[in-house]
Amino acid sequence: MSRRRTSPAERTRSVSLHVLLTAGALLMVVPFVWMILSSLKDQPQVFVFPPKWLPDPARWGNYAEVWRAAPFLRAYGNSVFIAVMIVALQLVTCAMAAYAFARLRFRGKNLLFLLFLATMMVPGQLTIIPVFLLMANIGLYDTHWAIILPEGLFSAFGVFMLRQFVRGIPLELEDAALIDGASRWRIFWSIIMPLLRAPLAALGTFTFVSSWNNFLAPLVFLRSPENYTVPVLIAQFKGEYSTNLPLLMAAASIAIVPVLVVFVIAQRQIIRGVTLTGAGK
Amino acid sequence: MVATLTPSDTSKAGPPKRPPRRRRRTRDGGWAAVFLGPQMVGLLVFVLGPMLFALYLSFTEWNGIGDITFVGLDNFRELRGDHAFWQSIRNTVWLAVMIVPGQLVTGLVVAVALHQRKLRTLYRIVYFMPVVTSQVAVSVIWIWLLNGTFGPLNSTLREWFGINAPDWLAEPSYLVPAIAMVTIWQGVGFFMVVFLAGLQGIPTAYLEAAEVDGAGTLRKFWHITLPLLTPTLFFLTIMSLIGAFQIFDTVYMMTPQNSYLGDSTRTIVFQIYDLAFARFDFGTSAAYAVVLFVLLLILTAGQLVLQRRWVHYEE
Repeated sequence: MSRRRTSPAERTRSVSLHVLLTAGALLMVVPFVWMILSSLKDQPQVFVFPPKWLPDPARWGNYAEVWRAAPFLRAYGNSVFIAVMIVALQLVTCAMAAYAFARLRFRGKNLLFLLFLATMMVPGQLTIIPVFLLMANIGLYDTHWAIILPEGLFSAFGVFMLRQFVRGIPLELEDAALIDGASRWRIFWSIIMPLLRAPLAALGTFTFVSSWNNFLAPLVFLRSPENYTVPVLIAQFKGEYSTNLPLLMAAASIAIVPVLVVFVIAQRQIIRGVTLTGAGK
Repeated sequence: MVATLTPSDTSKAGPPKRPPRRRRRTRDGGWAAVFLGPQMVGLLVFVLGPMLFALYLSFTEWNGIGDITFVGLDNFRELRGDHAFWQSIRNTVWLAVMIVPGQLVTGLVVAVALHQRKLRTLYRIVYFMPVVTSQVAVSVIWIWLLNGTFGPLNSTLREWFGINAPDWLAEPSYLVPAIAMVTIWQGVGFFMVVFLAGLQGIPTAYLEAAEVDGAGTLRKFWHITLPLLTPTLFFLTIMSLIGAFQIFDTVYMMTPQNSYLGDSTRTIVFQIYDLAFARFDFGTSAAYAVVLFVLLLILTAGQLVLQRRWVHYEE
């Protein structure tokens, strides 16, 4: 009613809120800053007491040393390959299943859909032992496909989400094409898929980030260091260099900084994708 | 294929028999198999099949190479008297007890503070940064920050405030809360963004009406915002619970390897991993996994039942 927005009480409240928010923001950023600064120190500087913020002198050589000690470039390549394959497979197969559930008529549809939904309750930790045994038996253990196939070929959430979007597409578009004699596949590929661009981009981002940060599956399925993804390589590196803090921080920076740069550039899209599960309702 | 383009007009058709929307009823079986094929393979080969096999394994004893021996309920009976099992349950529950309220409260506080304020985008980016970074890499940073002797946290506390802080990572009673703290820190951004979406959905008319009636900020929050936010709160509670019960990466990274501490911070998922892939005791590992599955089912079902009491859906 009254012009509360400019009242002094409101202003103090606003200022104190910003102070609170800034304090919280510092809490979010300082660990990363500390990581980068520590990565440029040498051992004695790290243990100096009281701790100093700025490295003096800055030892960029730490990065070269990490680079020599562990195949990080290779790990990046592995992580990218796995994530891209999972995203590509999942987007196509989930959209296909979503189209079937939304548009096709066939016996047992509702039951099958319910089954898909029910699997969301099955924790991955329950299925990982048999999947591991399966991969070992078909010769895919210690290959990237052991991680790609289970993730790429099944996502109940992806199917569920895309089905909602397919149902929102007007039927008329397809009916016209059907009359013209277009096959179901044609309709799916050239009419439905282009219309699903926004939800596919969001799902793809979500899947990419989850795959990128996944740790348990690569830890279980990969044995050779040259196959490692970034998180597994970091874990191994930590085991070997647990006492060399500057090198550990350099390794962590190599894993984290590029991700943060990409995140800041594409933040809108990435936040939307990652909170997809939350934005649904 | 002949398609009769019937407008969805059922009113003029007198007889109760609805005219078919399209002629191709029940004719899509073949296409359905094509479209559902890949995901069906995934469902059977990577979820349902393994689930049943894991269930079977939990009734057996097997080291992965020799014969599988069926032992009935022995694995579960052994768990009942196993100290390590109960320790892992206690740790998992204790983590959830700290993490769930921690994530909900911090996420809500930041979201409410940010809602409809300047610089929202900037704050959102900053708070969300830990969400997209790998838990493994983040754990490495915190191991250093929380280092008992040289870590910046403890030396600052000692230098500036004269407080002798505990060695967070070396004592079980502090290590589990430390893991919870790192998890909460990493989750604030996610919870904040989802809460913000929820806040955006609250019609301003309600808040304005309350303001006219003279309701203060706190009353408005308590009687309007919070009740209207309960669907979001409900969703996030389930997400947080499931996440807390499946916590692994941080535990794996922050627990010092090969020390007496190792046993005291194990969680259920850590046990599943360790038993199967380090000790090749697949039967016991599967039994842990079945227990985890049942616990998650009970928790989710419990939430679904309880939601009728406190979740307010707007009509």
